Amino acid sequence: MLMQDSNSFNTVTPQVARFDTPLHLKSGAVLDSYELVYETYGELNAARSNAVLVCHALSGNHHLAGLYDDNPKSAGWWNNMIGPGKSIDTQKFFVIGVNNLGGCHGSTGPASIDVRTGKCYGPNFPVVTVEDWIQTQVRLADYLGIDQFAAVTGGSLGGMQALQWTLDFPERVRHALVIAAAAKLTAQNIAFNDVARQAIITDPDFHGGDYYSHGVIPRRGLRLARMLGHITYLSDDSMAAKFGRELRNGALAFGYDVEFEIESYLRYQGDKFASQFDANTYLLMTKALDYFDPAFQHNNDLSAAFRFAKANFLVLSFTTDWRFSPERSRAIVRALLDNELNVSYAEITSSHGHDSFLMEDRHYHRLVRAYMDNVVV
Amino acid sequence: MKKSPGMNSSLNAARPDFALIAAWVKPGSKVLDLGCGDGSLIRFLRDSRGSRGYGVEIDDANVLACFNNGVNVIQSDLESGLQSFESGSFDYVVLSQTLQAVKNTENIIKEMLRVSKEGIVSFPNFGYWKNRLQVLSGHMPVSEALPYQWFDTPNIHNCTLGDFEEFCGQHGARILERRVMSGNYQITFMPNLLGMLAFYRFEQQK
Repeated sequence: MLMQDSNSFNTVTPQVARFDTPLHLKSGAVLDSYELVYETYGELNAARSNAVLVCHALSGNHHLAGLYDDNPKSAGWWNNMIGPGKSIDTQKFFVIGVNNLGGCHGSTGPASIDVRTGKCYGPNFPVVTVEDWIQTQVRLADYLGIDQFAAVTGGSLGGMQALQWTLDFPERVRHALVIAAAAKLTAQNIAFNDVARQAIITDPDFHGGDYYSHGVIPRRGLRLARMLGHITYLSDDSMAAKFGRELRNGALAFGYDVEFEIESYLRYQGDKFASQFDANTYLLMTKALDYFDPAFQHNNDLSAAFRFAKANFLVLSFTTDWRFSPERSRAIVRALLDNELNVSYAEITSSHGHDSFLMEDRHYHRLVRAYMDNVVV
Repeated sequence: MKKSPGMNSSLNAARPDFALIAAWVKPGSKVLDLGCGDGSLIRFLRDSRGSRGYGVEIDDANVLACFNNGVNVIQSDLESGLQSFESGSFDYVVLSQTLQAVKNTENIIKEMLRVSKEGIVSFPNFGYWKNRLQVLSGHMPVSEALPYQWFDTPNIHNCTLGDFEEFCGQHGARILERRVMSGNYQITFMPNLLGMLAFYRFEQQK
């Protein structure tokens, strides 16, 4: 179960945990059994007090750091943050990455076989929520023998999970690092998600979500969804700096093929994503985002939602993130302050928009390192 | 002149102004430090008075220093107010040697009185005799407490003890206590002339 991680270019191996206790989901649906694929980095100490759970965002997965088969192209999505000597130091912490239920990177999801029918779940896979994910992650913690995480962290949707952990299992998380997140989506955010879903659902190859049995994938829809999403993860400034109005071939072609560099980039990103990601998982992840709203059951009083939270919090936002703006993070901070919880908040100057949380940035990584250095294990 | 209280430990000796503020802070209270720098006052109050503290700081390097010091810090601009903080949610709000650099002085005092039962302010006394001498000799003062040249100083709202007391009277702040220091010594005789640093504890006028 434990893995050596002597440098960031070693080989890591995903592992699978199977759960046969029925999982009662927020929607009322029940999953009788499911599997979670996960990776670990570093060593769990004897006191089992140094575990850090890293939750992934919409298109992320369990592969946080390190490489597969020494292939440099296979670096994990947070390889710049997690590793020996890095901000989340695997010489100190035992770091766990898990692919969320409903994902498409090995955990049970819409593309998995439903043993009751012998076919892919497809559209019959239940809608899952952030709360449901926490239930599954807690079972994984039990399975790994971890009573309490030193920290739970993540960016974006991953940050939402870190928040939910502190609400649902206040005794089981000492620190929550909530990065580029929000306590709920805005109408604008839900709107973007719905356009993405509509792009997928209206693709003729979607087949009501049962495209697996037709031997096709809703590639065009998924591609559009990703292109749209990608625009919202970047900032106007970073796009201007990176692409401007650069033309591919130096002159206008007066047609509808790729002309501007930004078009080329977005189409490339869309194509790449559409060949790697499952459309039903994309739908499900965006729904989990839309539904996340811990204040809702407290008359929209976020401070009341945190009444029983105990964790220490680090909240980080990025100045050019307009999808999960600093104002959304400040609302979280206000609620934590109202409850007299330990909280630090930094607003990081970055030009990379929402994607900043994935980027290598000296100040950002120093802040995380400084915070994690003070986490007692 | 008499020595200020609590001057024994090396930490106290290092920052007599911290020791003075700590003497005003009741044990176990909740403190907000505006413009908290690297968080050392909050840390000092935590260690010496068992207080629970948060700092507000805008500068990136200082925010990082607070993280390294294990101090709660909220990165934000004082000038835009203290919206993150609920009314009456603190026992003390401290503005330590920052008042003179704040643009909207009236608003910050108003906000301090809103979020806290008591405010504590310290600032360099512009009426200190050495400052007066320098002005008399035809130059803007440069001293230990005012270490900047006129052209690069962040201190845009310098004031004297008399000025600040008048200001408090006009802005609904009732002064509860005043201490004046020069170096490591407390000044009680002619403080507006002999005092280098001024400390005030005040509350909302009832």
